[in-house]
Order: sequence, then C-alpha cells, then structure tokens
Amino acid sequence: MDFARHLGAAEVGYGGSARLRPLEFLPWILALAVYFLAPSYLALGSYVLIMILFALSLDLVLGYGGIVTLGHAAYFGFGAYAAGVFATNATGDPLPGLVVAGVAAGLLGLATGAVILRTHGLALLMLTLAITSIVFEVASQWSSVTGGSDGMHSVPITPVLGLFKFDLFGKTAYLYCLAVLLAGWWLVRSVVHSPFGMALSGTRENDARMHAIGAPVYQRRLIAYTLSAALAGVAGALLTHTTQFVGLSVLTFELSGEIVVMLVLGGIRRIYGAFVGPIVFLVARDYLAKQSPEYWTLGVGLLLVIIVMFARGGILGLVDALVGRAAGRKD
Amino acid sequence: MEFLSGLVSTLFLGLAYGAVLYVISVGLSVTMGLMGFVNLAHGVFAMAGGYLVITGMQKLGLPWLAALLLSCAAVALASMLLERLLYSRLYGAGELEQVLFTIGLIFVAVAVARLAYGTNPVFIKPPEFLEGQTRLFGRSFPSYRLAVIVFSAVLIAALWIGLERTRWGAMVRAAVDNRAMAQSIGIDTGRLFTLTFALGSGLAALGGALGADLIAMTPTYPFEQLVYFLIVVSIGGLGTLRGPFIGALLIGIGDTACKYWVPQFGAFFVYAATMALLLWRPQGLLGRAH
Repeated sequence: MDFARHLGAAEVGYGGSARLRPLEFLPWILALAVYFLAPSYLALGSYVLIMILFALSLDLVLGYGGIVTLGHAAYFGFGAYAAGVFATNATGDPLPGLVVAGVAAGLLGLATGAVILRTHGLALLMLTLAITSIVFEVASQWSSVTGGSDGMHSVPITPVLGLFKFDLFGKTAYLYCLAVLLAGWWLVRSVVHSPFGMALSGTRENDARMHAIGAPVYQRRLIAYTLSAALAGVAGALLTHTTQFVGLSVLTFELSGEIVVMLVLGGIRRIYGAFVGPIVFLVARDYLAKQSPEYWTLGVGLLLVIIVMFARGGILGLVDALVGRAAGRKD
Repeated sequence: MEFLSGLVSTLFLGLAYGAVLYVISVGLSVTMGLMGFVNLAHGVFAMAGGYLVITGMQKLGLPWLAALLLSCAAVALASMLLERLLYSRLYGAGELEQVLFTIGLIFVAVAVARLAYGTNPVFIKPPEFLEGQTRLFGRSFPSYRLAVIVFSAVLIAALWIGLERTRWGAMVRAAVDNRAMAQSIGIDTGRLFTLTFALGSGLAALGGALGADLIAMTPTYPFEQLVYFLIVVSIGGLGTLRGPFIGALLIGIGDTACKYWVPQFGAFFVYAATMALLLWRPQGLLGRAH
C-alpha cells in the first residue's frame, strides 16, 4: 500500500506534494550501480541517460501540456548541432556548450512555438513535422557549417570543468550525462509541481474553462514549449559532447517518433515514465535490433498498437494497476 | 527556348506527380473530415498498392490493368477489416491515441514490407504499350506518365460525380457537415465510415501503384511520404474533394519546380510555403473554421 502511494505520487496531476519520496532515490542509486557494476555498458548507459532527458522534455509538452507533436527532434537536433558548431568555432569547453545549445534550442522553440501554438489538431501536427523537415534541410544543405550529409566528425571537446577528460571507456561521459540529467529532472519536477505546472495541466484538460477563469492559456503553453525545447537542446548537446559527432540522424522523423514511443511505453504524464521507457526500449533494442531489425520494427509497431488498445498508462500504469489491485485485496 | 522547355517538362512532371498525390490523399481528406480521425497510416495503403501491383505483374504475370484493379480491391478489403477491428475502437479517443496507433501500424507495415521485398527501392515496369514516348503538340512526353495523368483525371471525375450525384455521396456530405444530425435522421454512419474508409484506401492503393514510377517503392515509403500526404490534406482543407486537389497540384508542381531550378535548397520552399499558408489559413484553403 505504501509502495502504491509512493508510486502514485509520481504521477502528478495537480497539487501532488512536491516532497521527495524514498522511492525517488531509486533511479539514481541504480544509475550509480550501473557505473560500478557494468563498466562495459557505459556507452549505452550514456545514450539511455540522454534519451531520458529528451523524454522528460517531451513529457512536459506532450504529457502535461497535451500538445501532440511529432517534431521534437528539431530541438534535440538543433541543440546537438549548436553544440557542435560552438565547440568547433569557439571553445570545446562542454559547460558553455550546454548553455549555448540550450539557449539556441530554446529560442528556436520560442519562435516556432509562437507560430504553431496558434493552431491545433492536424494543422499543429503538420507544422511540427514541417519545422523538423526545414531544420533537417538546412542542416543537410549548409555543409560549410554543418558538414552536410557527412555530419561533423571529431568535434573538439575539452575536459569538463578543465578537470575531467572524456575517456575511452565512457566513464566521464556517463557521469557527465548523469549530472546534467539530475539537474534536468529537478527542473522538470519543480515545474510540474509548481502552480505553473498545474495551470499547464489545466490547459490540457479543459482549455475553455482555463480561458473562462482568465488564465493566459497561450502564454502558459508557449513558456512550457520553450522550456521543453531548451531541455531537448541540452540533451542533444550531451550527445554531441559524449560522442564528439553530430549527424543528420538527430533531426529525423524517426527520432521524433521513437522518443514519443519511449515516453508512451514508460507512461506518459508521469516523470518516471520518461525514465522507464527509454531504459526498456533502448536495452531491448540493443539486444534485439542487432539480431533482426525487421522483427524489432514489427515488435515496436505491435507494442504501440497494444499500448493504445489495452495499456494507455504504459509500463508504470500497469505497475500501478497491479499494485493497486494487490493493495485492494489486502484491505 | 531552354527555359520554355524546362517549364513545359516541369509542368508536365508536376501535373503527373500532383495527380498521383491527389489520388492517394483524397481518401485521407474525406475520412479525416468524416471521422475526425488522424490517420497517419494512410501511406501504408498506397505502399501496399504499389508493391502488390509489382508482384502481380512480375510474379503472377498479370496484365497491368488487371493487377491494378486487383490490388486496389485487395487493399480496400483489407482496410475494411482493419477499420472494423481496430480503427473503429478509437473514434472517440484522443488525438494522441490515434497518432500512436497509426504510427504503430506504419511500423508494422514497414517491417512486413522489408521482410517481403527487402530494403532496395523497387520501380514499376510500365506495360509494353505504355513504354516509350508519345508526341503531343510537337513535343514528346513519356507515355506512361501521360497515361497516369489521364487515368487519374478519369478517376477524379468519377469520384466528383459520385459524391455530387449519388445517394452515398449525399450521405457522406451530410455526415461531414454534421454527424450527429446525419445520425439522427437515420443514416447508418458506422457503415458509411467503413465504406468510405475502404474507398479511400482503395484509391490510395491505386495512387501508390500508378505513381510507383515517380515515387519508388521502399519499405519506409509510409514514413517518407507521410509529410507530403499531410501537407496536401491540411493545406487543402479537411473533408473536401476540391481542397486537396488544389493542394496536390500546388505541391506537385511546386516541388518539381524547386527540384528542377533550385535543387540546392531541397524541399525547403515546399515546407516554408506550407507553414506560411497554414498560418494564414489554419483550416486549409477550402476548409471551414470550426
């Protein structure tokens, strides 16, 4: 019962207590355990951490804001390219790089959000796709800056804080991603629990009523969209910093789709869904996709259909239901 | 003179491309207008049509027209089953659920196509009587593409007459206008949806098969072409026949012209123009604001 309540609190609708619960330390303990116990998986681990941050940013708009987007890779990719261009032309210091990428992606989010949030439904969906395609076209054609279809190789990245050099085993990379994720998680968690977060949930649940009580709906959604874009940009910059490479794949529709799948798999509209989804998805892909990419794609498709038909809360939704049922029987 | 020649071939190719885009997308516009269902998997039916025609001609040795009609019927039937079994459960669901479900369908279709046909692009081999060039107004045009334009024009005319003149067409128009009212005067909208869905998917299959010479069949076709179908439908306006027609011609000719004159910009202008247009009229050119 205790367990159910802890987990239930993670799915914040509105007014959930912002106090940290013991169970919320679990992801971080697990992450550190992976660092010490599975050193050969650190490269995959860093990628998972980056995708968790990306999924968190998406949860803010898709889950809490209810803005159905298929173009979030635009901001992730923009941040990744901004970090690459900044490192090549200004300094390879990663921390200023993170800030630059976050601000750049945030500004793109503000400019595009101001436009697309005026529409809804199909037009909005269409615009998110069109924006990603435009950013993709620019990155692919402006080869003097972005390297075109070859991407940017061996981006020069200096040690973090001038102290921690990125090593071959990915130890620094893993801890660097973990630290940034911790900050991003704290930010999203605070936003979701804040009055602003509640207003955002309100715009999703009942747009008309929010207008009626005089809440600035458009402005709330735009702020959330900008924040989310900035976070996605930071996640993209992490990818550039840890792999020292940026390619066009960070701007594809496939990535936009995959991140939605990961979030929904874990459980949308709950912070830890953004943790569970990428872990399960990427670890499963690491095992299965190498063996038979066709059956992997088939599996992902069937999984999506099944989630929509039978398990809209994703994995955490199922856990909640099971725990709730077990607790109910005990009482 | 060279400019003029470029202009004529751009217009011709753009017209063929636009016609194909329209035949594929019109069903999407009508079903979205009817059911308000965001069906991103529409391209799957076009891909199925293309692959089936190629299989029918190469493996079974069917003549072109027979393969075309058979694959159209097969896809329409399969889509009817899908609609009854799966789509219909999600009519009342949120936009996100519909988007996720249809993306799931695309993934499944991509995997099946890859298993069946491999990853290399497959082109259609035109039937013998449509090989080579036809001379028209003192210029020569590829016969197959000329046939695509003519065939599409006939289809479009039949569709427009059907929707304006038949009882089914009147019912569809009534349900698009006001579904609750249509239901309350005794129109079986469930059956109407199923039939319209099957018709739209069958048309998509025809379009995919006709256009298999312009847009190569690859397993990722439903993902790659999705943006184009959605652009056509959203700039045209949902639930109309004429809207996507204008949209398809604009995109077909515009995209071809951009690729001919400013290839270094890729599809940049098409997307930029789409954005500008949707900002000016979010409901599309001929759509009505809700």
